Amino acid sequence: MQITLKVWRQPDAASAGNFVSYDVDNVTEDMSFFEVMDMLNDTLVLKGEEPIAFDHDCREGICGTCGIFIDGRAHGPLQGVTSCQVHMRSFSDGQEIVVEPWRATAFPVIKDLAVDRSAFDRIMQSGGYISVNTGSGVDANATPISKDSADEAFDAAACIGCGACVATCKNASAMLFVGAKVSQYALLPQGQPEAKERVLNMVATMDDEGFGSCTNTGACEAECPKEISLEHIARMNREFIKASLG
Amino acid sequence: MSFKSNIPDGPLSEKWTKHKFDLKLVNPANKRKYDIIVVGTGLAGASAAASFAELGYNVQAFSYHESPRRAHSIAAQGGINAAKNYPNDGDSIYRLFYDTIKGGDYRAREANVYRLAEISNNIIDQCVAQGVPFAREYGGLLDNRSFGGAQVSRTFYARGQTGQQLLLGAYSALIRQMGKGTVQFHPRNEMLDLVLVNGEAKGIITRNLVTGEINRHSANAVVLATGGYGNVFFLSTNAMASNVTAAWRAHRRGAYFANPCFTQIHPTCIPVSSEHQSKLTLMSESLRNDGRVWVPKKKGDDRKPSDIPEEDRDYYLERLYPSFGNLAPRDIASRRAKEMCDKGHGVGSTGLAVYLDFSDAIIRLGRDAVSAKYGNLFDMYQQITGDNPYETPMRIYPAVHYTMGGLWVDYNLMSNVPGLFVLGEANFSDHGANRLGASALMQGLADGYFIIPQTIGNYLSDKLNETVYTDDSAFESAENDVRERAEKLLSVNGSRTVDDIHKELGKILWDNVGMSREASGLKNAIEEIPALRDEFWNNVRVPGNNESFNPELEKAGRVADFLELGETMARDALSREESCGGHFREEHQTEDNEARRDDERYTYVSAWEYQEGASPNLHKEKLNFESVSLTTRSYK
Repeated sequence: MQITLKVWRQPDAASAGNFVSYDVDNVTEDMSFFEVMDMLNDTLVLKGEEPIAFDHDCREGICGTCGIFIDGRAHGPLQGVTSCQVHMRSFSDGQEIVVEPWRATAFPVIKDLAVDRSAFDRIMQSGGYISVNTGSGVDANATPISKDSADEAFDAAACIGCGACVATCKNASAMLFVGAKVSQYALLPQGQPEAKERVLNMVATMDDEGFGSCTNTGACEAECPKEISLEHIARMNREFIKASLG
Repeated sequence: MSFKSNIPDGPLSEKWTKHKFDLKLVNPANKRKYDIIVVGTGLAGASAAASFAELGYNVQAFSYHESPRRAHSIAAQGGINAAKNYPNDGDSIYRLFYDTIKGGDYRAREANVYRLAEISNNIIDQCVAQGVPFAREYGGLLDNRSFGGAQVSRTFYARGQTGQQLLLGAYSALIRQMGKGTVQFHPRNEMLDLVLVNGEAKGIITRNLVTGEINRHSANAVVLATGGYGNVFFLSTNAMASNVTAAWRAHRRGAYFANPCFTQIHPTCIPVSSEHQSKLTLMSESLRNDGRVWVPKKKGDDRKPSDIPEEDRDYYLERLYPSFGNLAPRDIASRRAKEMCDKGHGVGSTGLAVYLDFSDAIIRLGRDAVSAKYGNLFDMYQQITGDNPYETPMRIYPAVHYTMGGLWVDYNLMSNVPGLFVLGEANFSDHGANRLGASALMQGLADGYFIIPQTIGNYLSDKLNETVYTDDSAFESAENDVRERAEKLLSVNGSRTVDDIHKELGKILWDNVGMSREASGLKNAIEEIPALRDEFWNNVRVPGNNESFNPELEKAGRVADFLELGETMARDALSREESCGGHFREEHQTEDNEARRDDERYTYVSAWEYQEGASPNLHKEKLNFESVSLTTRSYK
């Protein structure tokens, strides 16, 4: 296969960026999209040009480090996978593929396709935990939790914090990310003692960090590589109202 | 420097309790007077940093990732062991200890492994209290499954994402402390050197990966939790950035590197498909609970798997190991897969794969039940290979996955350099020559949550009011070394990329220091690696400069260290004239191709001391077994 990558290049946060096109030959369909990027970068290095910076690490869809727009979609054309799990069999010979970073005020570009998502960590600092010091847990089976609640809590906890929800939302809202964490703890008895402060603090931090509001378009759920459900946003809204009234 | 294991006296089951009483304590009001540096914030580092801060210490935590949640611990799939015996199937602390020490082929310390088993139950309690959503039964209680090398069900799990859930638990504990200001977290900062003041570890030199800024940091103690070195092989299941640099820099400053040749090759990974492959993907060992491993009986049989009738299939693990069957431990399952392929029974286009077949499980349990257990793994497989494992067997082949070797530590997890502690995969301590499945998460969290918070006080107690200044000459000279090295890497301006040389190193190691080793191949590696190292320093091409975000420069520094480690691995493998666990020497095997240990001569830990410009020196820590008798490890 031969493909053309039209890639966003930006030297750093302060500089303006632009698209640059690169032709890549000898692509095979069992290569991952990032392996094509690797191959292109090797060529650039040997030509004395700056390789394309992009964040990636586990390359198996779990660490949440990677995240780019591939042809106008967060994490590319497939449902329920991260950018690192996209393989070239999803594209055709001669195709031009547009590659862009996450675009959101709260995620400034570091270089090329790499962005700064530390806002997510600051939201978590404001309540994304259960206060339990090491050693003070009781026996793990002391509190039975219904399988349904545990499974639903797991579904929420499966969030990898990649930021696709924010990047794909027209408002750059972080409601799915925050909703998933609030919801995980709301579903578990261990999360109850701090439920009220948690949701109020996390929502306040989310707003402070410059994420937009939710207008229920559902784009986040559609593009989430872990298929986190909008129901978690609904649960967070209920938790928020409960906390605000109580 | 101290090279004593410091294993406490007394009966095995009382050692840790007695030791905790004997350890010196730091008064709660004095803890805030101490600074601790933690490098790496995966399971071991995050749990340690959070626990230190809860106790009152000041913590500086460093990661080359943007967030602690990106650490590679997150990719662990299958589960975490604990001796809860909830299933009432005969488990106990002693049995978990016994399985683990036997699984490690009797090349780990009894006392460490017993302590690990003892602590395992506390870990599960802690994680549940943090809101980790482990799998549960309909009655609301925790579910367990079985894993390789054990005949009880003691593995707690969260679908196929246990590592993710445990890391997010440790991350939540850490981030709570970050919010309180008790932990200062330095994201995207890589440790590039260890600083020793008067022979003790008192600081580190870091590079900010975004700005290139090089900084000095001082503390009363330094804790490394920087993971394993499997990426020395280039292709492994490790994340792309996983590296040995922090540990290797400490090694160059005097910390011994123990058992570097003990690497784990995991039997169930997706096979290599092209030369552009950047990494390998693991398929959790839990799949072997229901999947059956087989190859065609006839060599070179290229029929579709569905066209190969039952009588033409060789379920070789079930045949060779009737009592453990498909759940034979990793080292054995891997070696047997290689053997089948070497004999011409391999499948797929390369002949380097065996089948892992779920058709019986789908008939027995139904497709939905199989999907509920393994759905995400099946999806991942299909995504990578294009094949649907519900309809056709998976093709799998062994791949480098974990490294049992690492920096040498004593019972307190302190290296031979006073003040330098090493946790998790970065140390050598608990898995001997082979790690059992679901034991890495257990060890990382045992070290971080429950061991180091107790033992570090013993070192710190007599350092009250010790102040370490970063303008000390030791910091200046270490910083200069780091700067010079970066400049040197950038100035070579040769004609080969970092990855290109890394791939060549990986191939030398995979061919000679991989699943089976023999003297002639190891000697080749010992000759070829230094030559490749010269090639690297004379012909590598690293673009850009130090003062910017430069991933190629990061990679170059890591590969430079891998090029030194690789040689030490080969030397270690050559010096160990026996087969044990993942270290299989062709010269030392039984008639039925099982590993032949030599307990008389090799019941020791090999701890290598770095020598500038010369081969490393071997120190031996004799392993004493008081409770278990060393038997031939049999899974038949």
